[in-house]
Amino acid sequence: MDDVAIKPKRLLLKRFLRNKTAVVGLIIIMALIVLALIGPWLSPFSYDDVDRQAYLKPPSFQHPMGTTQSGRDMWALTLHGLRKSLVIGLVVALLSTAIAAVVGSFAAYYGGWLERFSLWIIDLLLVIPSFLLIALIAGNSSGGSSSWLLLVLLLTLFGWMLSARVVRSLTQSVRQNEYIAAARYMGLSGPKIIVRHILPNIASLLIIDATLNVSGAILAETSLAYFGFGVQPPDTSLGTLLGDGARQLSSFPWLFAGPATIIVLLILSVNAVGDGLRDAFDPSSEASGKG
Amino acid sequence: MGYYLLKRFLNYAILLVVATNLSWLLAVTQLNPRSLYEVSNPPIDPVSIENNLLSRNLSDAVPLGERWVIWSSSIYLEWNWGQSPRGGNVGEEIGRRIWVSVRLITLGSLLGAGLGVLIGTWNARRQYGLSDRVFTFLALLGLSIPSFVIANLLQVLATQFNDITNTRFFEFVGETGSHGNWFGAQLLDRLQHLLLPTIALTILGAAFFSRIQRNVMLDSLNSGFVRTARAKGLTRSQAINRHALRVSLIPTSTYFAFSVATLFVGAAFMEIIFSFHGMGEYAVQTIQGHDVHGAVATAAFGGVCVLSGALLADFMVAWLDPRVRSASSSGPSNYG
Repeated sequence: MDDVAIKPKRLLLKRFLRNKTAVVGLIIIMALIVLALIGPWLSPFSYDDVDRQAYLKPPSFQHPMGTTQSGRDMWALTLHGLRKSLVIGLVVALLSTAIAAVVGSFAAYYGGWLERFSLWIIDLLLVIPSFLLIALIAGNSSGGSSSWLLLVLLLTLFGWMLSARVVRSLTQSVRQNEYIAAARYMGLSGPKIIVRHILPNIASLLIIDATLNVSGAILAETSLAYFGFGVQPPDTSLGTLLGDGARQLSSFPWLFAGPATIIVLLILSVNAVGDGLRDAFDPSSEASGKG
Repeated sequence: MGYYLLKRFLNYAILLVVATNLSWLLAVTQLNPRSLYEVSNPPIDPVSIENNLLSRNLSDAVPLGERWVIWSSSIYLEWNWGQSPRGGNVGEEIGRRIWVSVRLITLGSLLGAGLGVLIGTWNARRQYGLSDRVFTFLALLGLSIPSFVIANLLQVLATQFNDITNTRFFEFVGETGSHGNWFGAQLLDRLQHLLLPTIALTILGAAFFSRIQRNVMLDSLNSGFVRTARAKGLTRSQAINRHALRVSLIPTSTYFAFSVATLFVGAAFMEIIFSFHGMGEYAVQTIQGHDVHGAVATAAFGGVCVLSGALLADFMVAWLDPRVRSASSSGPSNYG
């Protein structure tokens, strides 16, 4: 086999495909995204419809996952919650990874007071118990249909610090390379060097991090929602459904089982893909050994 | 080294003060203790509401700056963290609850970390074997299930076990229940109540630590000093136990320091589901109950926990790692 001829991207793909758990995870994520997108057409009921014939009924032909106390269809609610959780997870992961990349790389590249200041802000945000503060702000906001946007902002604000630290230390080692010095002597400005030469070289970390941030953000939203600090009604997320369902778990298990299964499947798949990506990118891992 | 640690400690103290003041500002602007009195039935006289709020430094009629001076000076001068909107002194409440949290998390976090280290070490030595694959998947699963789902499921299983065997083997409401008068009955009763939350914490801890330990152990198994030890004639197990395992415990123990510290507030799910009246439950209650001073004090306590975790981790590295111990001038922060 001619190893030299394999392009880097194909090599990555090959390594990733070798990890069966990660591939299955990717397929499940795709399926869940499709399910969330076409959800509204899969059920005769909308998530905020009230079926006056069926309050708190167990799963039946008409309501495959049962109904809630107020007569809303669990299947439609779960799909709507899945959509919201996915959006929250993806947006928070993208935003916080972007912030981490910018802050971490600029701090390490320029050093000096910029680096000290960024590190201090990072430490400060790490010291503040983020869960409490997010709960404080989100739990007492006026609610309404845009409450999830506030939640996205808060989760982003408190979600980028650890990644930024790793980006900083990686940038510190990348900027020692000759090609960075060469770029500098050719007259490239600092921001251009960072965007064109440093960030592409730590892209693997950023991709892995963004993936794991998706599951982190969804779990964080779920935890907040369990206490009623998450997405506010009538809007719903998987966490809100789980929080409501857990309170009546022993008598009405269908309120809990559906959302719980979906969220565990989702988080498990995202984490598996994250692991698979890490193995594929890591030159020292076993999976990369045999080309 | 002493100067270095002092500088680090001072920096932490400043961070803590800034973080606490920020939390106060947020709590004051977001929470509304007045609403507690206004919904009461029969309605309370507005003047007495105002007096109630004033006496606790919670009235929004007083300018923000003035309230801040009263709040912070009573902390600095008398170590008094203020009053809840209804009654109690926040400091006393926290002083009682800390010990509930300690009792809840000690056993679970130790067992979880211990089990995790065992599983991680075992699997790193047999990488890609059957048990490694099974446990890697189980650990991934454990990290992917929200902790309250685990706790709730355990509770359902325990209820069914109790129903089937017609006993009350699993107790899951509160710290203590009714028990006999014989010697050891009280201890047994407490242990019975601790059983479920401890199982839940152990599962979570084992999932987390087995992953960390496995990765670190793989790194140190492939490192030069293990090969040297083998070349000197040590058997594989000797080389692993005396060299690889010891080095791999350093990063794991720093994670442990952090995780125990954050569990004080992070075990809120366990506390609420199993009715332990500890710090995590308090954190949630203060926010739901518009308790400005309680919420700020909990946030400050959370900050102290994180920073103690960081300091503890620093010390552990300095103590365990010979490379750091000998290079005393550079300080312990270069590792981990």
